[in-house]
Amino acid sequence: MQLDLIAVQLFTGVALGAVFVLLSIGLSVIFGMLGVVNFAHGAFYMTGAYAGVFCLAVTGNFWFALAAVPLLIGALGLGVERFLIRPLYGRGPDYPLLLTFGLGYVLVEAVRILFGTDGMPFDTPSLLAGGIDIEGLGYFPAYRLFVIAVTALILLLLWLLLERTRYGLIIRAGARDPEILSILGLDIARVWLLVFGLGTGLAALAGLLAAPMRSVNPEMGVAVLVEAFVVTVIGGMGSLLGGAIAGLLVGIVVSLTALWMPQMSTISMFALMTLVLLIRPQGLFGRGLSR
Amino acid sequence: MSAPAAAPLPADQPALLLRWRLPLLAAVLATLPWIAPSQALAVNILIYGLYATGFNLLFGYTGLLSFGHAAFLGAGAYGTGIALARLGIGWFGAIAIGVAASGVLAVLIGALSIRSRGIYFSMVTLALAQLVYYIAFQADDWTGGENGLRGLTVSRLRVGPFALDFLNPVVKYYVIFGFVVAALWALSRVLNAPFGAAIEAIRENEGRALACGFDVRRMKLVAFALSGLVCGLAGALDALHLSIVPIDTLYYQTSGLAVMMALLGGAGTFLGPFIGAAIFLLIEDTFSLWTSHWQLFVGAIFILAVLFLPRGVWGSLIAWHQGRRA
Repeated sequence: MQLDLIAVQLFTGVALGAVFVLLSIGLSVIFGMLGVVNFAHGAFYMTGAYAGVFCLAVTGNFWFALAAVPLLIGALGLGVERFLIRPLYGRGPDYPLLLTFGLGYVLVEAVRILFGTDGMPFDTPSLLAGGIDIEGLGYFPAYRLFVIAVTALILLLLWLLLERTRYGLIIRAGARDPEILSILGLDIARVWLLVFGLGTGLAALAGLLAAPMRSVNPEMGVAVLVEAFVVTVIGGMGSLLGGAIAGLLVGIVVSLTALWMPQMSTISMFALMTLVLLIRPQGLFGRGLSR
Repeated sequence: MSAPAAAPLPADQPALLLRWRLPLLAAVLATLPWIAPSQALAVNILIYGLYATGFNLLFGYTGLLSFGHAAFLGAGAYGTGIALARLGIGWFGAIAIGVAASGVLAVLIGALSIRSRGIYFSMVTLALAQLVYYIAFQADDWTGGENGLRGLTVSRLRVGPFALDFLNPVVKYYVIFGFVVAALWALSRVLNAPFGAAIEAIRENEGRALACGFDVRRMKLVAFALSGLVCGLAGALDALHLSIVPIDTLYYQTSGLAVMMALLGGAGTFLGPFIGAAIFLLIEDTFSLWTSHWQLFVGAIFILAVLFLPRGVWGSLIAWHQGRRA
């Protein structure tokens, strides 16, 4: 096996992993704070890609879409938390899960009505169309480098937000003990609202970034929801670091198996998850099974 | 937020209903071909009602929300289909193989997934079921892959010296009815046995059940396996009914179907899943007549049910009855 083939495949894996990272971090932040497993996460990812298609059709500007889509879908997430999920707090974790599952149905069907059931083309933005050719190592598409860079930037910003700002302090305290937080006079409902919006915005961003690499269709969210779950189970629920590392790991494992055993590539991530479950049921960076 | 995974709490059921639940359900199902708008709908209510009931054993009674039950419906269907179409085994043996395959799969998936708890459990079951889907998708020599498994038409059922005409819709309905009622009878016995009380104890408070000396892990696994067997039978009957096994049987949406049906009817009640299946299939049947986007309505109705009718139709009726008597 040549070195260049492995290098290129490794790189593809990291780009794929970057999308997983964005997705699973959104899922993880929502779960860590609200205790809600968002089964509509894949649907938000899909809506993100379609919102991108719409923005491109109207403005023709990818950069505008990149800024607008997370805000737009994040706002949709705010509405969902406020009007659908908030009434369910205190009823146990199964109910929000079931509700978001139903919401996934509605979002997919709404997109089918608005955009049709067929897939949509999504061109790579012209500025990022080329690639970098490294002698002896292979050809690396610029768009994938861009996806990796954006993900790294988002991770850095999230880390700064959580660890270095007052808001981050509130969020972390809320994840640990929401009751104390409200006793201290902080509006916990508002924190939850914003965190849910943040999570769905991240899912939409992942969908938009993935659109030129994977196809855009109303069903694209289903497979990705399962992939995000696998990543979260491997990394450990509620752990940002775990989500980031497991996302990259899964991306690399999937694309390396695609190199050697193409028919096994979709199955490999599940094998990895099974292995992790057998050895560490709480995930690589999970903090026990208290939830 | 360390509350145990809260399956909907069913109200204590009236004793009379508890005793007569099986004859009541059997009587309604026996007349279904004449009440339901179409014969096809009646058979589907039978099969999917059984599927949702099997799921409900785990969700409603044991308190474990699985999102992977499509794997068991699919294992039953593919097991039966492969036995019929590829191995040339008779219809009864084929059903047995399908149910057994589903039981084995349920023990495997169960053993892995009960290592995780609460919300984790839902995610792990979903992921493992998706793995089964991908495997069936790849193994197209056996399963027919994307096109589904074909060529398993059964036109005559040999029972000893007799032969039943399985192409006759009435005969077909009552053959399937016989299997469903037998499974429901067995399930009703299990739920009335001490085991039934024990799994409900696990649902109510796992820690306490453990402290009482129950082997919680083993009981969960047994409940998981039983649930898989029942869903496997539903799958086997579906394969006989449809004469094909579509690959979608194994897909995520099919797992969600059981969840929706059980919740709409009333999780943790014996009759609820059948009522939920009937409601769901009626909605599908009605709305799909005038729009291809009927899933929009199903999703919206499901959201409304989660928000305003968490006990489901049947569960709410029981609760209302209790409230009036108190």
